[in-house]
Amino acid sequence: MTPINPTELTAQQEQIRLIRARRAPGSHNTHISLHGVTQSFSPNKNAPPLVALNNVNLEIHPGEFLCIVGPSGCGKSSLLNLIAGLAFPSSGEVQLNGERVTGPGTDRILIFQEHGLFPWLTVGQNVEFGLRMLGIGRKERRERADHYLRLVHLTSFRDSYIHQLSGGMRQRVAIARALATEPKILLLDEPFAALDAQTRDMLHDELERLWRETGCTIVFVTHNVRESVRLGDRVLLMSFRPGTIINEFAIPLQRPRHIEENRVAQLAREILDHLRADINKAMEVEFANTPRSK
Amino acid sequence: MPIRRVLNNVIFYAVLLGIWAWVIHLRIWPPYLFPSQSDVFASLRSGFSDGSFFIAIAVSLRRVAIGYVISVVLGLVLSLIISSSKFFSDTLSPLLTSLQNLPSICWLPLALLWFGLSESSILFVIIMGATPSIAMAVESGIHSMPRIYSQVGRNLGARGVKLFLHVLLPASLPHLIAGMKQGWAFAWRALFSAEMLSITIGLGQQLMQGRDLNDMSLVMAVMALILVLGLTVNFVVFRSVERWLARRWGTSNPA
Repeated sequence: MTPINPTELTAQQEQIRLIRARRAPGSHNTHISLHGVTQSFSPNKNAPPLVALNNVNLEIHPGEFLCIVGPSGCGKSSLLNLIAGLAFPSSGEVQLNGERVTGPGTDRILIFQEHGLFPWLTVGQNVEFGLRMLGIGRKERRERADHYLRLVHLTSFRDSYIHQLSGGMRQRVAIARALATEPKILLLDEPFAALDAQTRDMLHDELERLWRETGCTIVFVTHNVRESVRLGDRVLLMSFRPGTIINEFAIPLQRPRHIEENRVAQLAREILDHLRADINKAMEVEFANTPRSK
Repeated sequence: MPIRRVLNNVIFYAVLLGIWAWVIHLRIWPPYLFPSQSDVFASLRSGFSDGSFFIAIAVSLRRVAIGYVISVVLGLVLSLIISSSKFFSDTLSPLLTSLQNLPSICWLPLALLWFGLSESSILFVIIMGATPSIAMAVESGIHSMPRIYSQVGRNLGARGVKLFLHVLLPASLPHLIAGMKQGWAFAWRALFSAEMLSITIGLGQQLMQGRDLNDMSLVMAVMALILVLGLTVNFVVFRSVERWLARRWGTSNPA
């Protein structure tokens, strides 16, 4: 929440180096790779199968902030589900450090657009949930939950219920809950799409800070090109049906960045031009489908 | 409860009692078919003073409580089986729906042949009456639960029994409680169906005794008792549980 000025940056980077050094060796060098991943599904029994992802090849480097941009329905979410191990490819392979992903794990936590917080638990209990499933004792659970609630500035809401929080606060709880299991990879599926611009800006700052402090890898899916330029080290462009990676941009802009900055807007504009052709294609398909479905 | 609502109820029941007194005054029906308020009150008083009502209430409540608890456990197990297996959701689920539509009294001949005129036969009827409705309500709760909860749960390391206990069960809690409330109504009805045809102690038997003795005021007294007991359970147990749920989940407060 606190804006980071350049003088603080080096001190913080030093702190990050220390945090990273304190971690178990190898904990922050998890390498994700996708080899020829194709996923298709049938919307209903009679229709031909839809190809959500077609021959996706991708390397995600340890500690990287990767953004994936594409029109709605391009299979971005499917990609995250595959990495999370909540779904499996029709063909091809998703690998973690060279080993095939066979199911979900707390080393890869997915954050959804609709936070998915449990309404029957308090904020604190939500954050503790993953730790509880791992069989960690009450005291340590509490300490770790408190730590991550502090990181997202929600300590005073530990005993509140989810419906008592605003949209932005809910997303912060979801982030704290994801971080509490200390994942190596954080997967975010349009996490801020439903929030107002001010809240989203604030959460961009927080996510960037958390990424630096924890040293985790982030894969961030969005349809907002500017957001991807604001956050990412690298931006991948996906095409509409069949979803495949059509372009890749390194974002050389120095951090901290802000979404309203000229350099961010300019780079976003360049990427958007590449994307436009694909958005048009997506819209044509949508319009072509509309009369038939009625 | 707001004062206005209390006042409305006082007025409503005063008018109802007034109409009753007026009909008695008109002497349309003989008193042995349509007893006066004082006769019914006298039956209530004698029933409580000789202790027979207390015993009947205790026995009936104990019976329905045992039957209900067993039904809830069975209902939960059945809903778990149905929701975790395509085979059973294709087969067991329609069967339970049809059983739910079967009036519980239809189980009585079967129960009497199997268990005779015993406590077990009454329990059997209660359980057969309440279990399907609980199982179906909980199953529909699990079924209509947003997929995101189980995805998040699995992602955070919950699997198998843990996933059911910590995610699926609490996520379907509103449906679960609706199902348990419905199950209670079924159990309550089944209890009196069974008690009236069995020869045992209990409120249902008191009701039949009134019939056998041609004692209409006793019949009305017991019916009033059953109504009040049913309402009390609904208000004291289910209403407070629903309120608690509304507070926690932030759903609208049930009126």
